[in-house]
Amino acid sequence: MSAVLFFIAAIGVIAGAVGVVVLRNPFYSVLALVAHLISLAVLFLLLRAEFVAAVQVVVYAGAVMVLYVFVVAYVGGESDSIGERLRESGPVGSGLRLGGAIVGGALLVELLIALLGTGLEATSGYGAGYVAGPRTFGTPAYIGKLLLTRFLITFELASFLLLIAAVGGVVLARRRGGIGEDEPEVFVPLDVPRPRGTGTMAEGVGAGNGRAPRTDHTQASTVHTGAGQPS
Amino acid sequence: MSTTTYGWLVLAFPLLGTLVTAFGYRYLPGRSAGWIGTAAIFLAFLAALGALISLQGHAPGSRQIVSSLWNYASTMGIDAQMSILVDPLSVFMILVVSGVSTLIHLYSISYMDKDRGFVRYFSYLNFFVFSMLLLVLAGNFLLLIVGWAFVGAASYLLISFWYRRTTATKAGIKAFVINVLGDAGLVLGTYFIFKHTGTLDFLKTFHAVESTAHPAFGHATNNGDLVAGCILLLVGAFAKSAQIPLHTWLPDAMEGPTPVSSLIHAATMVTAGVYLIARMHPLFERAPAAQDVGAVVGAATLLIAGTIGLAQTDIKRVIAYSTMSQIGYMIMGVSVGAYAAGLFHLMTHAFFKALLFMAAGSLIGAMGGEQSLEKMGGFRKAMPFTYACFIVGGLALSGIPPFSGFFSKDEILLVTGERGGWHWILYVAGYIGAFFTAIYTFRMIFRAFHGEPVSEARELEGGHLHHAAIPRNPATGEEEDTDVGFPGPNHAIAERALPMRIAMGLLALGAVGAGLIQIPKVDFVIDDFLRPSFATAKGYEPHTKTGLLVIGLTLGTLIGLAGIALAYRIWIVGGEELKASTAIRERTRPLYELFVNKWYFDELIDALVVKPMAAAGAFARDTFERVFVDETLVGGTTGIVRAGSAAVRAAQSGFVRYYAALLVLGVAGVGFYFLLQT
Amino acid sequence: MSISWYLAVSAIVFSLGALGVMTRRNPLVVLLCLELMLNGGNLALIAFSRMWGNGDGQILAIVVMTVAACEVCIGLGMIVAIYRRNLPIDVDELRELQG
Repeated sequence: MSAVLFFIAAIGVIAGAVGVVVLRNPFYSVLALVAHLISLAVLFLLLRAEFVAAVQVVVYAGAVMVLYVFVVAYVGGESDSIGERLRESGPVGSGLRLGGAIVGGALLVELLIALLGTGLEATSGYGAGYVAGPRTFGTPAYIGKLLLTRFLITFELASFLLLIAAVGGVVLARRRGGIGEDEPEVFVPLDVPRPRGTGTMAEGVGAGNGRAPRTDHTQASTVHTGAGQPS
Repeated sequence: MSTTTYGWLVLAFPLLGTLVTAFGYRYLPGRSAGWIGTAAIFLAFLAALGALISLQGHAPGSRQIVSSLWNYASTMGIDAQMSILVDPLSVFMILVVSGVSTLIHLYSISYMDKDRGFVRYFSYLNFFVFSMLLLVLAGNFLLLIVGWAFVGAASYLLISFWYRRTTATKAGIKAFVINVLGDAGLVLGTYFIFKHTGTLDFLKTFHAVESTAHPAFGHATNNGDLVAGCILLLVGAFAKSAQIPLHTWLPDAMEGPTPVSSLIHAATMVTAGVYLIARMHPLFERAPAAQDVGAVVGAATLLIAGTIGLAQTDIKRVIAYSTMSQIGYMIMGVSVGAYAAGLFHLMTHAFFKALLFMAAGSLIGAMGGEQSLEKMGGFRKAMPFTYACFIVGGLALSGIPPFSGFFSKDEILLVTGERGGWHWILYVAGYIGAFFTAIYTFRMIFRAFHGEPVSEARELEGGHLHHAAIPRNPATGEEEDTDVGFPGPNHAIAERALPMRIAMGLLALGAVGAGLIQIPKVDFVIDDFLRPSFATAKGYEPHTKTGLLVIGLTLGTLIGLAGIALAYRIWIVGGEELKASTAIRERTRPLYELFVNKWYFDELIDALVVKPMAAAGAFARDTFERVFVDETLVGGTTGIVRAGSAAVRAAQSGFVRYYAALLVLGVAGVGFYFLLQT
Repeated sequence: MSISWYLAVSAIVFSLGALGVMTRRNPLVVLLCLELMLNGGNLALIAFSRMWGNGDGQILAIVVMTVAACEVCIGLGMIVAIYRRNLPIDVDELRELQG
């Protein structure tokens, strides 16, 4: 029974992966990834990692992919099919794509050999024994206990990373001269070591002394439209 | 104050003068720089007098005093100290140098008036006097070489003083290059001597060489190293004293202002070679071969320079060749052992040659900067004082009694004759040279002062000093202006400037009266004074046979008078339109060409030395430097680096996917490696 | 199924992700393929955790997911910023950082 489920889930995983790589429309790629993630969650369940499977569905498929959907809807962008891309001669040329494919293939072969062909006895087994229970391997209680005892520092660092990423995301996506535009000039002691024109990040986003230099906005646009050309 | 304190003061005052005028360049008002400079040298002269008096207070045996300020270095057996040697020879030299220098500084205050480089001039001149005093007071080879080099540098600075004249700068470079050649000879000679004596100090060297127990160069004379060393020292002496074949710089050095010519190229710097040979007499006496070289070169120079002087038309160059000739006498004198006579001639020569140059300067001033004899004439009525100075100097130079030149020159020739053997040739050459001297000296005087007055003379008789409308370079005729780097607009003549008259008058007194202190058989002031320095010299005591003495003195007088008479016949009696001299010139055309072209020495040196060096330099620049260094070594290296970096730079394409591919490739490679390991 | 099957699936997913990163031009899709690679790694971690019987692999898988989330946040923020400045959304065109 579990073998059948395994094959169904595995086919779902691989099909989703192929879909991400092959599909032309990025939106379809996102959807393919969602399918891939859910199939992967099933695989996790088969491996007795219930909590991780749940986290996968809720966080990964539920939050990160939703974020992706939003951005793809905003940005969009068309891609051409892989066959066409392999044949066209852009600045990189089809040679690179072909070479990329070959290298990826080589990597796959190696990994397969490494993981399967070396005769590891352990992997040919079914894993350690499993006894069901409220606190056994894979349950939330088990994970929680591990997180707060053995992997405490990892846990803290991960949360730190999330904080940084959140702040970074907000900063990156903010409009120039945005939030603080209508505020009255308030003297902030922190501005003293950040004089105008020194290129601090605060000034870059319009929060430093005297707010952002206005000219950069239009200048950046005119400069960057031609930035894509080979120089 | 002790003797050596006076010695250090003699050095300190001119140095102070240099520094004050140099640093106060902007702040010194008017002509105060000139007075400061003169005062500095005058104080040095007073200190020299003090040294003299103090030295004579010592017993004759202990009149060679060394004083050392500090050690430069005492490593590897080289004792390099800053020490001066105060003994009769150096006191004699510093008196002559500082005395004549004071008068020349005084003269320069009027001569260089209104020149834009007035302060710079006095700074340089003081520096020169300091260097010369350092040279003669040096107590070891180190300071001697330092003084030697400084004197050369000061000479360069002063010759190319009017630096916007290309002729002046070229002359300065020529002088400096030949002087450096001499410096090299001096240093190499020092090395050869040091190799055996192991010390740089003069007194220690002399003791080492003269010691009877372990003489540094062996008991026999003409030790190879000693002869080599002495000849190299002679090279230095010849370069500095403008003897054949290193003499070509002296006539060109007349590009400098006339007081400079008077001081450096008549009275002091060119006598440094004579001083060197006199100072090194213990070494030379043990290397008679070197002494012979010196004597022959001295005699050759005095003849050749005398003949060239007969044909020159630039008044300063006539006096320059006369200087070369007289220095030839001095070199010949000290090379045959007539030390007192040679140095006495140095002193008298300083007086009358400086006087002649000063008078020439006054004459050039009256001509508005023109120096050619062909354009001068009949200044006798317009410039009586200058004419009198010329006559006094000329008579002294020609060796007419009772002027000083007579006593000094004849004494040299006397000692030369006494040496016997092949020195008789030098004796005869000396008198022929005296004959030439008288001729060209009075040729110069008669042409400039007798005959029809030229326009400038008439102007001056009328009370107006001639000024050229456009200032010109007297040698090439190029136009100039009177701003900094060129001579100033003022032309000073002795009749109008009191400082000039004082200086010239005092020198004239010296030219007349200096002979009285060394009349043969009567008084021996110089001989006695210098004896402690030459205590070990062979043949220092003159044991003149009275017969030779009488013959020599009468011969000298007669030759001098004959020369003047001949000059009179050619240039005054036959002087209308220069008929007589032109006729002689036509008859002796080849000889005339040889003399007027200075015996083709310049052309010879140009062909032998200058052109090959220029060709080597051009080859180095065009071929070696351009092809090997620039293109191969430097270009090749940069090319390789560029190519390498271009190859590496190609990897930075900016394509993210390319980087990703490389990454995956790398991972695959590493994995492959580990797979192989298992 | 023995653990090796799961590992095989993980290897395939990882390679597919690498292929996609090297091949696609849209940066959004490149990021998606990057997620694929991370997921492949996650699967391998969970499989090994099951093999050893302790929870280390699962904890690490959670941390990997966290990192993936952060990276997606920043990456998408950058793509939005690029889009805002009217630059082409194409990794081949965005190559000013070149030597």
